[in-house]
Amino acid sequence: MLIECTLNDLAEANAHALALARVLPTEWHPLPAIRSVLVRFDPLRYTQDEVQIYVQDALNHATPGALPPGRQVTIPVRYGGEDGPDLGDAARQLGLAPDELIAQHTARPWRVLMIGFAPGFPYIGPLPPSLTLPRRDTPRVAVPAGSVAIAAGMTGIYPSQLPGGWHLIGRTEVALFDPAREPPTLLQAGDQVQFVAIASHS
Amino acid sequence: MLRVIAPGALCAIQDLGRPGYQHFGVPIGGAMDRVACIIANRLVGNPPTAACLEITAGGAAFEVLAPCVIAVTGGDLGATLDNRLLPTWVSALVRPGQRIAFEERRQGARAYLALAGGVDAPLALGSRSTYLPGRSGGLGRRALQMGDVIRPASSAFDLARLAGRLWPAPVDYAPLIRILPVHTSPGQPDLTGLDHLTALPWRVGVMSNRIGLRLEGARLSSAQAGDLPSFGIFPGVIQLPPDGRPILLMADAQPTGGYPVIAVAIQADLHRAAQLMPGDDVRFAWTTHAEAIAAWRALNALLDSPIDVDEGIALAATTQG
Repeated sequence: MLIECTLNDLAEANAHALALARVLPTEWHPLPAIRSVLVRFDPLRYTQDEVQIYVQDALNHATPGALPPGRQVTIPVRYGGEDGPDLGDAARQLGLAPDELIAQHTARPWRVLMIGFAPGFPYIGPLPPSLTLPRRDTPRVAVPAGSVAIAAGMTGIYPSQLPGGWHLIGRTEVALFDPAREPPTLLQAGDQVQFVAIASHS
Repeated sequence: MLRVIAPGALCAIQDLGRPGYQHFGVPIGGAMDRVACIIANRLVGNPPTAACLEITAGGAAFEVLAPCVIAVTGGDLGATLDNRLLPTWVSALVRPGQRIAFEERRQGARAYLALAGGVDAPLALGSRSTYLPGRSGGLGRRALQMGDVIRPASSAFDLARLAGRLWPAPVDYAPLIRILPVHTSPGQPDLTGLDHLTALPWRVGVMSNRIGLRLEGARLSSAQAGDLPSFGIFPGVIQLPPDGRPILLMADAQPTGGYPVIAVAIQADLHRAAQLMPGDDVRFAWTTHAEAIAAWRALNALLDSPIDVDEGIALAATTQG
């Protein structure tokens, strides 16, 4: 069952989804996403009506304001050059100088809206309209691990080498996913991420 | 204990995967045909969560290094023991020097080989499943290769007692998958051609894999435009990417996606989808929530079937062992 959070404001809808996912039974494997929560339950143990009633009650209590502030995590990023080959192009499309794009990207912490797409991949945002771009027309077959990227009003970090269609603006050395750790991801939905520009290698 | 002589097209360690880790971006993964995996484990006395070998298409071969009890279930890949037919859906004691082979694909796509004690591999996030796109799990975070040694995770049991156990209830692998309409979905497209889903058979495309089956046939068009905010998805979901060719998501599907969802295959029919290979035809039929739950109940009852014991085989195992 997929529960949508219909609040117009994306940040509020996301906070609602994250708050809801925290109070649903772990047996249903609640999976918060940008503005929805997926629950998977065994229909031989619970009826759809029972789940719906439980969710409705939880929705009434899990308001966006009920979401705890989240941990603060700093991510050092080398912007531009080989680390962020799309920085110039993305800045041009946004009508910004590359330095202005970096300044906006590091201006304040952003929330981890969800983890998805690949193990440990954080969707971070929502970014303001001044940093909002559609995905690239042609996705890359292999985006290097640690790449920091923007697209669709969000910023993300590729935890490993993956195909991807986002604009690569920088790169970090921080490890985002380790299956030997518990939890296996550095970031979790609800965390606050502050990007910090550091000098590039070159 | 077995040694891999040849892995064939693809042979990897799988169990029931990693439910509960999807909020870290980790797919559920595990056996494509969970029904065959669970039954193989039951036949050799393992818990359902033990790891098996998932053998895809033909060409795999193993040498027995130490006496063990095995059971082969799932698709018919022409299993042999020392070049003679190896009965499937039954447990058997195998001895050092014997050779188990999967000659060629006859029906279905994936066979499951369970080993009494369970196949050993390091646990990663609570599972031994191999997740190839993430290079994680299994033995050495990869598919099995020639020379790999398959060891049981535990060996505290009486081998002879576990031989000659027969599965009594045939599993239905008809290439027909029941689907549920999606009533409300963030990605529900404005579809006019949805009846095409059930009107004609679909062909499983060459790009199909453990992540999903790409369905070739009619092109469905969606009025949906732009990027949807990603939402949770799971095996059984049928997505419609912009090219109009539906994808039936399978075990290694990403836990979230942004493509419109046009239908959901019922969980009780996913083992049928798991036995399809590129080039196979498959049909879909609309069903209801009530029928889906009844089918799930029936499948769970089937998996709880009491196991028959063939006294002859069991006795032979005792005297020869």
